Amino acid sequence: MFTRHRGSEGRRPSRYGNGETQVHLRGLLTENLSLNVEKSGATAATGGSSVTYGRPAPSESAVVGGEYEGRRGLPGAAGRPPSGMTQSVVVQVGQCGNQIGCCFWDLALREHAAVNQKGIYDEAISSFFRNVDTRAVGHKVFGSLYQEQILEKLRKSAEHCDCLQCFFIIHSMGGGTGSGLGTFLLKVLEDEFPEVYRFVTSIYPSGEDDVITSPYNSILAMKELNEHADCVLPIDNQSLFDIISKIELMMNSGKLGTVIKPKSLVTSSAGTSKKRQEKPFDKMNNIVANLLLNLTSSARFEGSLNMDLNEISMNLVPFPQLHYLVSSLTPLYTLADVNIPPRRLDQMFSDAFSKDHQLIRADPKHSLYLACALMVRGNVQISDLRRNIERLKPSLQFVSWNQEGWKTSLCSVPPVGHTHSLLALANNTCVKPTFIELRERFMRLYKKKAHLHHYLQIEGMEEGCFTEAVSSLSALIQEYNQLDATKSLPVEDIPRLSVAV
Amino acid sequence: MSIVTVQLGQCGNQIGFEVFDALFSDSHCPQKFCSKRENEAYQASCKERFFSEEEDGVPVARAVLVDMEPKVINQTLSRAAHSGRWKYGQHSHLCQKQGSGNNWAYGYSVHGPRHEESIMNLIQKEVEKCDSLSGFFIVMSMAGGTGSGLGAFLTQNLQDQYSNSLKMNQIIWPYGTGEVIVQNYNSILTLSHLYRSSDALLVHENDAVHKICAKLMNIKQISFRDINQVLAHQLGSVFQPTYSGEGSFHYRRNPLGIDWQVRPPLSGLPTLGKMPLSKELHFNTSIANLVILRGKDVHSADLGAFKDPALYTSWLEPVTAFNVWKTQRAFSKYEKSAALVSNSQSLVKPLDMIVGKAWNMFASKAYLHQYTKFGIEEEDFLDGFALLEQVIASYSNL
Repeated sequence: MFTRHRGSEGRRPSRYGNGETQVHLRGLLTENLSLNVEKSGATAATGGSSVTYGRPAPSESAVVGGEYEGRRGLPGAAGRPPSGMTQSVVVQVGQCGNQIGCCFWDLALREHAAVNQKGIYDEAISSFFRNVDTRAVGHKVFGSLYQEQILEKLRKSAEHCDCLQCFFIIHSMGGGTGSGLGTFLLKVLEDEFPEVYRFVTSIYPSGEDDVITSPYNSILAMKELNEHADCVLPIDNQSLFDIISKIELMMNSGKLGTVIKPKSLVTSSAGTSKKRQEKPFDKMNNIVANLLLNLTSSARFEGSLNMDLNEISMNLVPFPQLHYLVSSLTPLYTLADVNIPPRRLDQMFSDAFSKDHQLIRADPKHSLYLACALMVRGNVQISDLRRNIERLKPSLQFVSWNQEGWKTSLCSVPPVGHTHSLLALANNTCVKPTFIELRERFMRLYKKKAHLHHYLQIEGMEEGCFTEAVSSLSALIQEYNQLDATKSLPVEDIPRLSVAV
Repeated sequence: MSIVTVQLGQCGNQIGFEVFDALFSDSHCPQKFCSKRENEAYQASCKERFFSEEEDGVPVARAVLVDMEPKVINQTLSRAAHSGRWKYGQHSHLCQKQGSGNNWAYGYSVHGPRHEESIMNLIQKEVEKCDSLSGFFIVMSMAGGTGSGLGAFLTQNLQDQYSNSLKMNQIIWPYGTGEVIVQNYNSILTLSHLYRSSDALLVHENDAVHKICAKLMNIKQISFRDINQVLAHQLGSVFQPTYSGEGSFHYRRNPLGIDWQVRPPLSGLPTLGKMPLSKELHFNTSIANLVILRGKDVHSADLGAFKDPALYTSWLEPVTAFNVWKTQRAFSKYEKSAALVSNSQSLVKPLDMIVGKAWNMFASKAYLHQYTKFGIEEEDFLDGFALLEQVIASYSNL
């Protein structure tokens, strides 16, 4: 039976300062749990996977300029921990998660370097503190085996934050580690740091997945996501592929003026000037990394209408289980030719609502919006925002009790290479088909009991786990069904309280 | 007599800055239409109300800045300091690291009690700097979490601790089409709480100010800065010193000089059924109107139209309900300017809309778990709804 072992020091990290907050960003990227990874079947239970875990060499993830290493605090405030901002801890799990994570760090540092030329470790940088490389594998077995070590790492990370606000977990659903350990961690984080938000970026398996048992992994993971994540941003590889194809089409079209600013590409890595070998998933991972950057931009930089991470959950999650958000990013690139007038600002808003810019295949326009957030960066003002909301509203269907369900933010600092950008997050019933497909693929395998023995031989796993996971998913689908059923009904006004004057 | 300003949350702090800036700019604007002596008296009065003096001669705003995250306060402090003309006190602010997440319950139940002592101490320090305190001016939004929730908590505290001083809350109504999804919930909770502890609620609607920027000022790309500056301009033209008809700059305890408490006639209100809001009203019925005139020809201005009984509810005489304040000293660079502060039915429609939308959402129970998490239960919502429906009914029946 699966049990958790509480460490001898069950002390919770203090939220308001634990003395030193020394940061060695370069050093962090080489931290590692050194474990022997056994190659075994790709099951969420054992967490083995059919690929090897090569570590990215430290130099590949080298920080820009190296100025960040060792400095701490604001200039002239030697020894004092950076005051003011909240921190987030990024937890990268599994191969997918770690690759994305590394891209993320490169881009994050590039973004802060662009804003802060002198490369002083400033408050905005301190908002992203540590990444925790949890190469350990598996949910049930390795999860509990290495639980203490993982927990220790997380605690240490949290202690260095004087106000930890959020954990970002990056993982895939289909593989073993990302899926199993990634979701195991959710429960651990919830128990250990109940007040800290858990945002999960999950890569959902596409149709032709190279991992046969990915449906099992995904279903098991979904249960954990349902119960222990505050917010999930599902992403599928196919959408990322499509974005890349679209960009390549644009670049190769040979049209006049289609020279693109290299740094502006949503797919480009931080060090485009370096001649490092581009890895196959780099482009796709950079898109996801950019998603995270934009998500947190308003928390890191100033603006006329700030949006902190806790506001995302507050505004976009009307009911605890319905916390799956469809994301779309725009622009994907900026043209380099200054003689071409910049695309109209309004086009950016239209693009955000086009399927081409979504990070998951879904059809929000023909489904029901529960809530929508627009996070704008750069030289955009409130009137631009409002004009576009008015313009786009008529073509979108919002649930009857949230007809004006828009959450907006304006951050002054645009991403590198752009004058402005927009991240749209939608809580929309259009995620339902993704979940239905997941369930169907699962049933196809499960009916035949194919590969089941890999899972069942793990202590603590039994068929009950699967049936529970499937009913959890079915319940979720049912909630979306009920909402969809209200779609075409007329909006009725509920009778108000009548009072005596 | 002095006013202590409390700036809360992003909105409150951004606006607060613009207000002090507008007051200062007007105060130091070269004057053509009044004597030097009069101008000096005006400047002195403005200074006493809103600024205190520091050794280096730079006026310090009589303000306490509060926010639950640091970015906006840091910006506000540095903008003031960089202007070189006035500044905020070095130790007049409190900020935390993590905001209220647009959650009224978090602002009210968590941040409020947690920081009550610190904030009240900061306010006390400001109060002690005043020779005589006339009251508090609290600037906040309704839609977010800090201004709204913490603002409501704080106003209650001020009511308890400074019961003899006036509290006026400057409330920003959010855009109708949404800045924050739970803005209607936050608004209901804020208004219902403030109704019990504030003396006056001065309201500015983002939509209305936005229209001013677009239609009257022809600004093409309207930013929050534009909106805040228009707002500050309006507030400045209300708060700057005036003669209240007694021949001297006499700033009364009640900054608006009118008793805003509605006193229905002793015989009781005429019994009316709930008036349908779709009914065409010829006039926007008022309880009280205050006109403030500044600049050239103020003494010859004809205000007869404001004394039309049709403007007021049947159980009030215009002479009770209407007031005018004047000064020959012009506001800013405007040769003539006028401001109207009105307690009337004009806010019934917007209030009704907010209550309607909030009720709709409440019926579906959406987002309630975010509030109950921090101790605000369905009952608290219902209390809020009941109170506001009464307010709407009372105003509708004028």
